[in-house]
Amino acid sequence: MANAIEASRLDVGYGGRIAAVKVLSGLDLTVEAGSFLSILGPSGCGKSTLLRVVADLLDPLGGTISVLGDTPHAVRSRRDVGFVFQDSTLLPWRTVRDNVRLPLGVGQGSLTRKIEDRSDELLDLMGLAGFGDRLPHQLSGGQRQRVAIARALLGQPKLLLMDEPFGALDEITRDRLNDELLNLWRRTGTTILFVTHSIAEAAYLGERVIVLAANPGRLVKDIDMRPLKQDGNRCKREDPAIVTAMAELRTALEQAS
Amino acid sequence: MRQAPLSPQIAIALPVLGAASILLAWQYLLPALGVPAYIVPTPTAIFGVFQKNFALLLDNLRPTLIEALAGFVIGNLAAILLAVLFVHSRVLQAAYFPIVLFFNTIPILALSPIIILIFGLGMTPKIVIAAVICFFPTLVNMIRGLDSAGDNEHELFRVLSATRWEVFWSLRLPRALPMLFSSLRIASATAVIGAIVGEWIGSDKGLGALIIQATFNYQSDRLYAAIVLSSCLSIALFCVVVLAERRAIRY
Repeated sequence: MANAIEASRLDVGYGGRIAAVKVLSGLDLTVEAGSFLSILGPSGCGKSTLLRVVADLLDPLGGTISVLGDTPHAVRSRRDVGFVFQDSTLLPWRTVRDNVRLPLGVGQGSLTRKIEDRSDELLDLMGLAGFGDRLPHQLSGGQRQRVAIARALLGQPKLLLMDEPFGALDEITRDRLNDELLNLWRRTGTTILFVTHSIAEAAYLGERVIVLAANPGRLVKDIDMRPLKQDGNRCKREDPAIVTAMAELRTALEQAS
Repeated sequence: MRQAPLSPQIAIALPVLGAASILLAWQYLLPALGVPAYIVPTPTAIFGVFQKNFALLLDNLRPTLIEALAGFVIGNLAAILLAVLFVHSRVLQAAYFPIVLFFNTIPILALSPIIILIFGLGMTPKIVIAAVICFFPTLVNMIRGLDSAGDNEHELFRVLSATRWEVFWSLRLPRALPMLFSSLRIASATAVIGAIVGEWIGSDKGLGALIIQATFNYQSDRLYAAIVLSSCLSIALFCVVVLAERRAIRY
């Protein structure tokens, strides 16, 4: 299978090429198409920055990156990438349905394929049937994040980037959304890059978990979780093999901070 | 400890009672204390003017209403357009915003004679003064409002490859509306002030002119009636703005 992401010797920073503060330094990373990658790391390790480079929100200072075999810019223009932020970033003046429909209203000029209005189907899929006419402030945090995911899925992206999407939710809601996200991933076959602070979440969701260290951001641990899980990336949270992997991740994370 | 909220009936009744108590004191206490009627006429005397000279008041209300409304629309529209220009061109903003700031420090009373010199004695200078007085708060608020969308919101639109125009219509403008309306509310009162100030300096029509004439002729009941009417005009404008705001901002 082709690779969704190929990055080599990737340098990313802020403040221009000369006086740059490097956030990522010499990162090599290959992500298989259709896989679920969890990205774990302490604050300031450049996990979010990496997503922003993939989404063409930020230009790398050096090195090369190809996304879906193309430049990040081309992929963004084709709308092949969806982004889910930590705060749901719903527009408070739009109803839930109109928030999900946002990709239909903007950026169509750059698009060659047609996006269908599947907003009601997606709201259904996210367990939000009947909520379409509500305003975002009438929803709970978990519901808002579901709307944000539905919005990101409307354009049927081949690549879904998630920046700590469940970080602000309570544990029960978070666990439930984890399972819903895995179901979604199995159904759509979308490649998912999932940034999180939580070791348990990273291990439970990822087919593969990478740990980044800070100052400057670099890859320090790369665990393939597939041998530890059943088919379809299924596992129990308290499975001994998973718990062992989590301990390994914790050690790597402690050394990285 | 925080006080419990008032019941709806009491919340309406109390301000009505408060106003009634002031009016009663004004009607009976002030004359009893020997305050002469040419300084403070009683509420009934002022109300009498509304009955006796209603046509005169209405004749003078009309020009002031037109000037205030026209000034409100023109001043705010100009401010909104300039704010849109400024947020899309940092160069223009850096070059001209300080100059706008400087003009704002000139007291409107000092600026008014110049405006009358330029535009003569008709309605135009009053409209210009009302517009100038509305312009600045709206400009500042609108610039801040258009810039108030968060980084994530801008990134969301960039991921969707939104054009500048789409970012403006679907993000910046709706984000700016609450701040725009808070300055429109202020402008609803200041536009009337601008029109009246303009009429003071040179006019024989309008509430401002009526106020000046009544003062010079010691017609204090007429003076107070004109003041009440100008305040009603501000309140009416304010209510229109609030109604528009409720329709525009539903969240």
